[in-house]
Amino acid sequence: MSAETHSPVREPLHRPAGLAGFASDWASDQRTFKNVSWGKAMMWIFLLSDTFVFGCFLIAYMSARMSTAVPWPNPSEVFALHIGGSDVPLILIAIMTFVLITSSGTMAMAVNYGYRHDRRKTALLMLITALFGATFVGMQAFEWTKLISEGVRPWGNPWGAPQFGSTFFMITGFHGTHVTIGVIFLLIIARKVWRGDFDTGKAGFFTSRKGQYEIVEITGLYWHFVDLVWVFIFAFFYLW
Amino acid sequence: MTETTVHTHAAPQAQTQAPAQTHQQHPIGLYLAVWILLFVLSTFSYLVDYVGLQGYLRWSLILIFMMLKAGLIVAIFMHMAWERLALIYAILLPPLLVLVFVALMVSESNYVLFSRLTFFGAAP
Repeated sequence: MSAETHSPVREPLHRPAGLAGFASDWASDQRTFKNVSWGKAMMWIFLLSDTFVFGCFLIAYMSARMSTAVPWPNPSEVFALHIGGSDVPLILIAIMTFVLITSSGTMAMAVNYGYRHDRRKTALLMLITALFGATFVGMQAFEWTKLISEGVRPWGNPWGAPQFGSTFFMITGFHGTHVTIGVIFLLIIARKVWRGDFDTGKAGFFTSRKGQYEIVEITGLYWHFVDLVWVFIFAFFYLW
Repeated sequence: MTETTVHTHAAPQAQTQAPAQTHQQHPIGLYLAVWILLFVLSTFSYLVDYVGLQGYLRWSLILIFMMLKAGLIVAIFMHMAWERLALIYAILLPPLLVLVFVALMVSESNYVLFSRLTFFGAAP
């Protein structure tokens, strides 16, 4: 099995754009996503399935919150931090949001430098992204510790509806897991970029196929998705 | 639409084996602009809570800022704006079905709340 098993298809140079292109792409032979590699297409489809997972979590949260006869704890107060003698509402969550957005920005730039084959900058920006991601997870761990010490449990809490704890741990826990996996993924790819695997055509450890700088963009897709999910969690769980 | 078709056929010893992929290459300034915009939008959505807006104004502002942020991330950072319609529709239309699920569960939740209040008494 060599890497050349895919048949070299000579594509027509003029592919229709817009809706006509949509129809012809989907009606065509062999591949639907004409200018997207299988790796990128599969990452998108994985992200689509992950969208449904998080969609179900948020719907479960909505159902729990809408159907409870007990008042829901006010997230603005629950997640307030005592800074300088007064309670600042949601401040830790706001900082976490900014950290994650910043990591998304550095990731987008890493993708850009990846395609320019600037190994140093790509690897460095990916490491910075991973660092911000780790910071985010660390702040989440702090938040969990704080809430657990205040008596929040999956089956109850001091302020109101008992479902608050279970949905909180479920949703933020699953998101934190995604961030953690993303950090590991970033570190692995950053190491490969740093070593120059994609310039020398070194075989990967799992598929034994030669990698390309496109993997940086695919990693980026995953990372931006993690940020995207946080946008929804921030809006629905923390702000609502 | 960047339709740069780089045809490198799977010749032996070829540098890249990729069949005609578009490399998503855009100016750094665009990313920085979106980054700043995301910061501003996040600040706005935080201010919604900080100022303490309530009711429909609060909810609509939260949703508007959320959708703007999500749109920017997907369109620019994830390069969806430059993909072909075949991929855009394949990825962005199915999540709309989640809204059907939301509608179902809103109805169900109202019924559950009604049952709880009717058969288990009002909230303490």
